[in-house]
Amino acid sequence: MLTPARETRRARWEDVLKAPSFAYLRASSLAQVFDALAEHGEDARILAGGQSLVPALNMRLSEPRLLIDINPIAALTGIERRGGMLRIGALTRHSEVGASPLVARLAPLIHQAIPHIAHPAIRNRGTFGGSLAQADPAAELPACVLALDAVLHLASRRGERAVSARDFFRALYETALAPDEVITAIDVPVAPQGTRSVFVELARRRGDYALVGLAAEAREVGLRLVFFGVGNKPVEAGAASAALAAGITAERIAAAQAALARDLDPPGDLQADGATKLHLARVLLGRAARALMAA
Amino acid sequence: MSERPLSFLDRPNSYIGKSVPRPNAQRLLQGRGVFVDDIRLPRLLHAAFLRSPYAHARIKHIDTAAASRRPGVVRVVTAADLAGLCTPWVGVLTHLKGMKSAPQHPLARDRACWQGEPVAAVAAESRAEAEDALAEIAVEWEELPPLASAEAALAPGARAIHDTLGDNLAFARAVDAGAVDDAFARADAVVAETFTFARHTGVCPEPRSILAEFDPGDRRLTLYCSSQAPHMMKEIVLRHFPLAETDVRVVCRDVGGSYGVKIHVYPDEMAVIALALLLGRPVKFVADRLESFVSDIHAREHRVAARMAVSRTGEILAIAIDDLTGIGPYSTYPRSSAVEGNQIVGLTGSWYRSANYRARLRVAFQTKPPMSQYRAVGHPIACAVTEGLVDLAARAIAMDPAELRRRNLIADEAYPWKSPAGLLFEKLSHQRALERMLELMDYEGLRREQRDLRAKGIHRGIGLASFVEITNPGPAFYGVGGAPISAQDGCSVRLEPGGSVTCAISVTEQGQGTETMVAQIVASVLGVALARVRVVTGDTERTPYGGGTWASRGTGIGGEAALQAAKALRANILDLAGAMLQAAPGDLDIAEGWIVDAETGARRIGLEEVGRAGYFRGDTLPPLTQPELMATRHHQPRDYPFAFTNGVQASWLELDIETGFVRLLKHWVVEDCGRMVSPLLVDEQIRGGVVQGLGAALFEECLYDAAGQLRNGTLADYLVPMAAEMPDIEVAHLETPLAGTELGAKGIGEAGTAGAPAAVMNAINDALAPLGARVSEQPITPARILRALGRL
Ligand SMILES: Cc1cc2nc3c(=O)[nH]c(=O)nc-3n(C[C@H](O)[C@H](O)[C@H](O)COP(=O)(O)OP(=O)(O)OC[C@H]3O[C@@H](n4cnc5c(N)ncnc54)[C@H](O)[C@@H]3O)c2cc1C
Repeated sequence: MLTPARETRRARWEDVLKAPSFAYLRASSLAQVFDALAEHGEDARILAGGQSLVPALNMRLSEPRLLIDINPIAALTGIERRGGMLRIGALTRHSEVGASPLVARLAPLIHQAIPHIAHPAIRNRGTFGGSLAQADPAAELPACVLALDAVLHLASRRGERAVSARDFFRALYETALAPDEVITAIDVPVAPQGTRSVFVELARRRGDYALVGLAAEAREVGLRLVFFGVGNKPVEAGAASAALAAGITAERIAAAQAALARDLDPPGDLQADGATKLHLARVLLGRAARALMAA
Repeated sequence: MSERPLSFLDRPNSYIGKSVPRPNAQRLLQGRGVFVDDIRLPRLLHAAFLRSPYAHARIKHIDTAAASRRPGVVRVVTAADLAGLCTPWVGVLTHLKGMKSAPQHPLARDRACWQGEPVAAVAAESRAEAEDALAEIAVEWEELPPLASAEAALAPGARAIHDTLGDNLAFARAVDAGAVDDAFARADAVVAETFTFARHTGVCPEPRSILAEFDPGDRRLTLYCSSQAPHMMKEIVLRHFPLAETDVRVVCRDVGGSYGVKIHVYPDEMAVIALALLLGRPVKFVADRLESFVSDIHAREHRVAARMAVSRTGEILAIAIDDLTGIGPYSTYPRSSAVEGNQIVGLTGSWYRSANYRARLRVAFQTKPPMSQYRAVGHPIACAVTEGLVDLAARAIAMDPAELRRRNLIADEAYPWKSPAGLLFEKLSHQRALERMLELMDYEGLRREQRDLRAKGIHRGIGLASFVEITNPGPAFYGVGGAPISAQDGCSVRLEPGGSVTCAISVTEQGQGTETMVAQIVASVLGVALARVRVVTGDTERTPYGGGTWASRGTGIGGEAALQAAKALRANILDLAGAMLQAAPGDLDIAEGWIVDAETGARRIGLEEVGRAGYFRGDTLPPLTQPELMATRHHQPRDYPFAFTNGVQASWLELDIETGFVRLLKHWVVEDCGRMVSPLLVDEQIRGGVVQGLGAALFEECLYDAAGQLRNGTLADYLVPMAAEMPDIEVAHLETPLAGTELGAKGIGEAGTAGAPAAVMNAINDALAPLGARVSEQPITPARILRALGRL
C-alpha cells in the first residue's frame, strides 16, 4: 500500500519539506519492487543510498511520484567470491566495499577508487549499484567496472539479464537500465596473479567529483585505460593503450600521451575547459603508466 | 593603607589574557541552538519568493491567480501590493561625495535587474506549499540586454541601467599625494601588473533568515532575525514602515555566522515584514542555499591596474593604482556598495613609508547581484595589490622580498603616522611583526629547503604579506554619511540578589564568542567566577543601544563598555558593602565572589549578602543609603577615526607544475590586535579569517556567463575551502595596547582574511618565478597556473 508521503510527514517536517510531493514505498522484497516499477514505470524511482537522488529531489530537478525504498532488501547487499567472479550486491555501501579484504585482494582497482568517492558520511550511505545507475560521467565506479569488464545483473518482473559494463553506460546519466529494472548485483572478474592496478584522480577538493580521473588495469590480456570526467560517460582510451601494448617505456608513454587526443575530446565544465582536461588526462596517463612500470 | 590601583589586569584571578571554554559552545554543539528557523509561532506563515530568471528583463505582466488558489496559500503579492506599506530606499552615504544609486523596493517593480531579484512572494501555511505555488505564477517577461561586466557598463555609450541616473558610474574617487610622476621618472625600476579578483560570496552556515510577527491589536512588530546589527535593523524598519519607535523590537537569538552578509537590507526581508503587516500573521522566510547564492550580497569583483617605482637600493618610491569594480544594479542599503573600493584606495600601500601615491577608483552598476561589505572589506585586494607589487619590485632589483619589506615598512618608532591617503595610525608594530615572522617560520631555513628541493624538481614557494586592518570605527565610517548605524556600544551590568551578575550588551554574538569575551571582562572586574556571569545580547528591548557586530569592533568598543560598566558597578557594590561593614569602600575589594579586605584579602561577606541587603533588607542599611546595583556605560571611539591593527602572514606551498595544483603546506600569522582578552578566540578569528582568505585565493568564484547568469550557484559547484585542503595555521601575537581605552583592545575579526590571499599569491609566484611565469588573477585555479606556464 502506498502512503502519500506529504500527509504522513507533514506533522514532523512541516516547513522544512523541500522536495515536491511524492509517495513512498518501503519494499521488503524484490517482487514488490518489480510490481511497483511495472505499475508506475517512469513515475517511480528507486531509492538506494539517496545521496544523489535526495539532493535532486530537494532541488526539484527530479519529481517522481513514487519512491521505492530498496534498503530493507537484504538480498541486495554483500560481497562474495563466486568462482572467477567477485559478486558485489547493488545495495552494498561504498564504505563496506572500501573496507572489504576480498575487494582489496580480488579487485584492487575498486579498493583504490573508493577513498576518492565523496566523504565518509556519504560513503556510509551511497551504494555501489546506485553509483552505476546514476552514471555520473565524473564518478569513480562506472570507470572501474568498465576497466574491469564487469557484468551488471538487471532484473524486473520480465526476468533477469546480464549486461556488460561496456554496454551499460550509454550517454550522460543514461544507461541500459529499463524503467522497470533494478540492478541487483555486479560481477567483477577476479584479478589474476600479476595484475597491476592504478587509480589516479584530480579533484579540486578532496571528495569532489573528478576533474579528470583514470582507472588503469594491466592484465596479461592487455592494458585497460578508462578515463572519467572527460566525456558524457567513462571513456576507454584505446589508442593510448595500444601505444603502450608492447610494454611501457618512457618513449611509449610520450606516444600514448600524444595518442590520447584520438581517444578523448573532453567537453569543458565549470572547473576546466576541454584543453585543460586533455592536458590533465595526459599528465595522469603519464603518472599511471610510470606507476604500472614500477609495480 | 596603600592605594590599590583599580586594575583588573594584574589580579591573580583575572580572566583577561586567558583562554577559557566558551559557555555557549556546549549548547550549540549539542544542536540546541535556537536559530530563526527553530522558532515556531502559532498561525505562522512561510514565505517563498519568485526570483527573476533573467539578469535584466521588463516585467510586462504577472498573473498570480492560479498560485493564489493553490492549497495552503494565503496570499501572493507583487510590488504593487506592497507599494503603500514600505517606502523605497536608496543606498548612498552622503560623505562619499557624488555617490548615486536608484530607489529599491521589496519586490521588483516593472523591471528586474539581476538574476535572483525577488519579483513576487507567496505566503502559505508551509514552505513546501509556498514553493509549489511559485511554479503557478505566470510572468510575462521581455528580456533586456544585460550589462554583466563593469567594463561594459562604463564603456562610452553604454545604456544606463537606471535612466534617471544618466550613466552607470555609482561612485568615483581619486587621490594624488606627493610627487608621483617625479618618483616614477627617477625610479631604477618600475613594475606593473593588473590584478583581478573574482566575485565571491559569504556562504553563512545559517542562511539569511527572518520571522516577522505583527500584532495588529497594538501595532507591535517583533522581528526575529539572523542579523549582526539588531538596532540598525530597527531603525531601518522605522524609516520604511508606518510603525512607532515604541512598537518595534528586533530579537537575534543564535546567529550561525554572518561575515558581513547579515548587516544589509535585503528586499526579500523587507517584503516579509510587509507581508506580516498586511496579513496580521507571523511570516517566516529562510533563504535556501540556492537562493542565497543569487540574493546574498556578493563581494570583491575588482580589477586593479597597479604600478610601483623602486630604487636600486630598495626604496619604494611611489605606488599608483586604478581600481574598477562592479557592484550590481543598486548600491546596497544602508552601508552602500562603495566602501570596498573606497577602502582599497585608502589602504593600498599604507603600511609602507612612501609618500607618493596615486589612486583612481570607479564603481560601476551592472546587472548582477548587489555587492557590498563582506569580511575584510577591501583589505584582501589592497593587500594583494601592494604585496604583489612589493614582490615584483624585489625581483626587479634582485633583492630578497623580506629585506625589501624591512627597508620600507613604517618604523615602529615613527608613530603617530599619517598615510598619503590620509589614514591615521596611532601605534603599529610592522617591523617587530616582520622580525617575529621571519624567526617563527625560519625564513632562512625555508629558503634553503626551497633551493634544495628545486634541484630535485620540487617547486615550493614562500609568500609574505604585511597588512593593516581597520577596526573599531568611529562615527566617521557610516554615521556622518547619514546611515542609522551606531558607532558606540553600551553595556549594563547588574548584581543579582544571589551574587551572580547579569550583563546586557549591544554587541552581538554570531558564533565568534562575543558573549565569552564580555563575560571574561565583567567577571575579572567584578571578582566573580566566569560561570556567575550571564550575558544577554541581541535584543533591542533588553540591551543598551549600540552598533552590533561589524568592522571588528566587538572587543575594542563593546569590551571597553563592559569594562567601564563593570567598574562602575564594582564601585557601587563596594559603596554598599562599605556601608554594611562600616568600612571605607577603598579598603575593600571583591575577589572570588567575596567582599574582602583589600590589604589582607581576608573574606568579609559574600556578594550574595550584598545583593540580599540591597534588594530585600534596605531596612538594615544606614539611613540615606540607596543601593545602585546596576550600572550602564557606553563607549565610543573618539581620538582616532579607526583603531588600526597590523600584522604579517606567510605561506609555504608546493606547486605541481604538471597539473597546476597547489598544496598548501603551512601558513603563519603574526598579528598585533592590542590587548587580547581571550587568546583562544583571537586565534580562532585569525584561523577562520585565513581560511576565508584562502578560499578567495584558490577556490571561490561566482561564475557568470555573458548573459549575467550564475553558473555555479550550489555548494557542489561553488568551491568553499574544506578542511582537507587547509594547511596548519600557526599564529603568534604582539600586543601594542590601544591608547585612549583602558582595555587597550583593537579588533581581530578580519586580519586573517585581509592578508591570506596576498601571501598565497606571492608564494605561488615565488614557486613560478624560476619558470618565468606569474599569476595575478584570483582565484588562482589550476587552469590559470597552467596557462601562465604556457602548458595549455
Ligand atoms: C556531497 C556529495 C559528494 C559526492 N561525491 C561523489 C564522488 O566524488 N564520486 C562519486 O562517484 N559519487 C559521489 N557522490 C554520489 C554518491 O556516490 C552516491 O551515493 C551515488 O552516486 C548514488 O548512490 P546512492 O546509493 O546514493 O543512490 P541514490 O541517490 O539512492 O540513487 C541514485 C539513482 O540511482 C537509482 N538507483 C539506485 N540504486 C539502484 C538500483 N539498485 N537499481 C536501479 N536503479 C538504482 C535511483 O533510482 C536514482 O535514480 C557524492 C554525493 C554527495 C552528496
